Amino acid sequence: MGNVLIFVEANPDGSLRKATLNAITAGQQLAKATGGEVHAVALAKDAGALANAVKAHGVKVVHAGSGPHFEHYVAEDFAPAVAALATTLKAEWVGAAATSIGRDLLPRVAAKLKAAMASEIMSVTGSGADVAVTRPMWAGAAIATVKLSSPVKCFTVRATEFALAEASGGGEVQPFTPAAPEKPLTKFVGFKEVKSARPALTEARVVVSGGRGTKGDFGPIEGLADELHAAVGASRAVCDAGWQPNDLQVGQTGKVVAPQLYIAAGISGAIQHVAGMKGSKTIVAVNKDPDAPIFQVADYGLVADLFKALPELQAAIKAAK
Amino acid sequence: MNFALSDDEKALQETARKFAREVMRPKAAHCDEASEFPKDIIRQAAELGLMNMTVPQAHGGMELSHQAQVVIAEELAWGCAGMATSMIANDLALLPIILGATSEQKEKFLRPFTTGFKLASFALTEPGAGSDVAGMRCTARRDGDFYVVNGQKQWITNGEYADQFSLFCTLDPAQKHKGIMCLVVEGRPKGLTVGKHENKMGQRASNTVTLTFEDVRVPVANRIGKEGEGFLIAMNTLDNSRPLTAMFAIGIARAAMEHALDYSRQRQQFGKPIADFQGIQFMLADMAADVEAARLLTYKSAWLLDSGQRNTLVSSYAKRFAADMAMKATTDAVQIFGGYGYSKEYPVEKLMRDAKLIQIYEGTSQIQRLVIARELIRG
Amino acid sequence: MPLKILVTAKRVEDSESKIKVDAAGTGIVKEGLKYKINPFDEIGVEEALRLVAKHGGEVVVVSVGTKDVHEQLRHALAMGANKAVWVHHDGPIDQLGIAGCLQKVVEKEKPDLCILGKQAIDDDQGQVGQYLAEWLGWAQATFASKEESLESEAEKAKTPAIQLAADGKSITVIREVDGGLLTVSSPLPAVATTELRLNQPRYASLPGIMKAKSKPIEELTPAGLGVDVGVKLTVTKLAPPPARKAGIKVPDVATLVDKLKNEAKAL
Ligand SMILES: Cc1cc2nc3c(=O)[nH]c(=O)nc-3n(C[C@H](O)[C@H](O)[C@H](O)COP(=O)(O)OP(=O)(O)OC[C@H]3O[C@@H](n4cnc5c(N)ncnc54)[C@H](O)[C@@H]3O)c2cc1C
Ligand SMILES: Cc1cc2nc3c(=O)[nH]c(=O)nc-3n(C[C@H](O)[C@H](O)[C@H](O)COP(=O)(O)OP(=O)(O)OC[C@H]3O[C@@H](n4cnc5c(N)ncnc54)[C@H](O)[C@@H]3O)c2cc1C
Repeated sequence: MGNVLIFVEANPDGSLRKATLNAITAGQQLAKATGGEVHAVALAKDAGALANAVKAHGVKVVHAGSGPHFEHYVAEDFAPAVAALATTLKAEWVGAAATSIGRDLLPRVAAKLKAAMASEIMSVTGSGADVAVTRPMWAGAAIATVKLSSPVKCFTVRATEFALAEASGGGEVQPFTPAAPEKPLTKFVGFKEVKSARPALTEARVVVSGGRGTKGDFGPIEGLADELHAAVGASRAVCDAGWQPNDLQVGQTGKVVAPQLYIAAGISGAIQHVAGMKGSKTIVAVNKDPDAPIFQVADYGLVADLFKALPELQAAIKAAK
Repeated sequence: MNFALSDDEKALQETARKFAREVMRPKAAHCDEASEFPKDIIRQAAELGLMNMTVPQAHGGMELSHQAQVVIAEELAWGCAGMATSMIANDLALLPIILGATSEQKEKFLRPFTTGFKLASFALTEPGAGSDVAGMRCTARRDGDFYVVNGQKQWITNGEYADQFSLFCTLDPAQKHKGIMCLVVEGRPKGLTVGKHENKMGQRASNTVTLTFEDVRVPVANRIGKEGEGFLIAMNTLDNSRPLTAMFAIGIARAAMEHALDYSRQRQQFGKPIADFQGIQFMLADMAADVEAARLLTYKSAWLLDSGQRNTLVSSYAKRFAADMAMKATTDAVQIFGGYGYSKEYPVEKLMRDAKLIQIYEGTSQIQRLVIARELIRG
Repeated sequence: MPLKILVTAKRVEDSESKIKVDAAGTGIVKEGLKYKINPFDEIGVEEALRLVAKHGGEVVVVSVGTKDVHEQLRHALAMGANKAVWVHHDGPIDQLGIAGCLQKVVEKEKPDLCILGKQAIDDDQGQVGQYLAEWLGWAQATFASKEESLESEAEKAKTPAIQLAADGKSITVIREVDGGLLTVSSPLPAVATTELRLNQPRYASLPGIMKAKSKPIEELTPAGLGVDVGVKLTVTKLAPPPARKAGIKVPDVATLVDKLKNEAKAL
């Protein structure tokens, strides 16, 4: 029997971090594969509300540990509590979402438990003694199937690869008293939210580019970019016309970009443009000409007027958040 | 025989390559277009030790082997041949001192280059004396403890910025090569004027000027070697620097090949990448084989120097072959790019212009053939 | 207050190399690969050098692996590290094994601070720093980064981002976390791990490379250190990432959003 313990993460305002629910789904798959139960652990100054927020989402018990030293997340304070609970519950798997907190915390928990660990898992395979997980290596150039052979095993979960655990009711909250930290180590000093301006073109996760089809009106491009926290790019036709500065030019003789998502609107898809963006993970093209060459490289093509489609897309993405 | 780079050479190559990729390349097109001498980049290169590589350890230098130097030169030229020419011009200018000076002179004229950022020029060529070095007319007349220099030097790399010149001049033009000597001119003495920066076809990031000497007084103590030894010192210097110049051709050709390879995989015509056409493949194959052959020849010419042997013949093979090879490779790269290759927005036309200079300076391709033939026939 | 800092130099495939899974699906194609120091480790070396330039002290660089890791150790020495420790191990090893070796080296060298990369760009596990901190019972400050500042380029090129307290007993670290920058204070000794934005590592200068040749590299082994490096993590299979599917046309915005969200997972 392999119980699974999932760490429940709070947002800076104390509310439930949604990615926890993706981690629970991964936990459920592991529990199913090994014949165990899914537990969760919520730690906060007063953990009740946080625990209540997850209890209905397919976990047997949410263990709520409260204490003043949990006011701010610090690995050295949180790890002993999670590890001790894992031992009490005879958990075989201990995991969290691969957020910056999960990535910081879980290896420290693993160290306490002498556990081997798989980071950013993408799927669960096999069952019983053959349970394995898959995870990316070399920045995703290879996907590894990984087996862990320590008695306790730890993991973090790539949230996009698992669905959100749905509210199915049934779980309960059990308060517990975590051990106070052995000695206080790292102290929280302050948090500064970064409300960044647009990210740099070559570093952005998402790029929205406009071409001659915009006729110089980048309003719809910028609106969508703001919604997606994306950088704005352009075709050479746009830069040559003086509609946008030259340093936004994407292409063989401009910037070469490889974001997770590239949206090309009103761009025909000349080879010189494509050379600068074809490494993007997902490419979307919006163009009113169904035969535009850009559709040959696009994963998703939408034949439409960009002035209509982009605002619609912006609204739909906002709604989906 | 061993064709592998040593661990040191690999580490030096890595620094040079990283510098070429991250510092030189991003500025190459701009400096070419504007014909701008990037003094900051050159300074950074000097601080990293990518210049003045031959200076002996006794005078604070690194005294790199010739093999290590050519490995570095390839990377610098791959980054930007114009900048590389200006960097290596320092080594060229310091060589006469390294090869012919007394140890006091070495300490005086080399040390400052290892403790701070300084530029130097090698001043040999004149308006009327290019390939025919012995035809020089820049004269020096003895006056007590000084020589008084009058004449012109042309095509002098780094001349506008140089803190020190290795000047070749003659005591008597009628004596041809027997009359030549080498003087170190420090700073900007009275009577030295610098002409305007030449508007060149390629390698436009390097500074090239005319120097005019009018009654310039140079201390006799600044003479390298004896009176009349200048020609020999100049020829020895060129034997030492020829492998570096040859390597510039290889750096340029390799850059052209990489661009052509990338482009031919991307560019589609007749429904497939042009790399699928045999006519394109043959050009690429020739480039690859020629670059490798030129590199091996150049490594050998450097190895001869390191093992204390005369390299005149092999270094002339190397420079002749590499320079002509780079001209062909860059011309073919432009061909593979088609119309885009002819545009300044793509990098290959610059490479073609840059390559041309390698067939001209430090002994034209014709002069290399003369040297080769002379060595062959003399037996 | 001089600082003794221990940094790591893992040997990884150069990020410019093309990584391809081999035909057997058990490893990657090694032919034509270039290797270099893990870029996050290189940032760690740079930060350590800046700290000792400011406060005095020394930098010790450690790598675990085959003789080939000498290249990476030499690189760190050429950048300016004072000495190197090579934990000689030829077989497979996992994060527990590496952290175990580092723990023993730390107990021997007694540094005030360890700076590791937040992850290595081959395994992408991101665990070793935290294991090490826990096993030593030290504080940890992962994902150390830097706030954009107005100082000149020249200043930026030499100022450390990790701040040492006036009494020399703790460090202040700006951590790059989801949604912002978190400032923490960790008592020394501590383990920090680096983010990309912490600094821009210097080049190994040519004189530095030549000088590195005479700096010492101490050889140790896991057995000599008393570390069991038997692996508890095995990669049983490697597969290339799913191939790009042929593109499709979507009829409307709603379908597009649905596909982006659920199929491409791009939102
Ligand atoms: C030397 C050289 C280098 C070059 N380098 C680059 C480079 O680096 N980057 C680059 O981008 N280009 C480059 N080019 C130019 C390239 O060849 C193309 O000319 C350019 O990319 C075309 O830009 P475009 O797609 O915006 O314009 P067009 O080709 O004119 O396409 C406009 C598209 O918008 C669509 N459209 C119009 N109205 C609407 C609407 N209301 N809604 C939706 N769609 C609409 C049209 O159907 C059309 O497909 C280079 C060219 C040369 C010669
Ligand atoms: C950008 C640049 C930078 C330079 N930097 C320096 C520098 O830093 N210091 C310096 O001293 N010089 C420098 N030079 C000068 C360079 O070395 C000379 O240009 C070169 O040696 C050729 O001399 P020339 O231009 O007078 O040509 P010429 O000697 O006039 O040659 C003209 C043509 O005649 C051919 N030719 C000449 N003689 C013969 C022969 N006997 N048999 C067959 N063909 C022959 C040549 O090959 C060439 O094709 C530089 C030149 C350039 C263009």
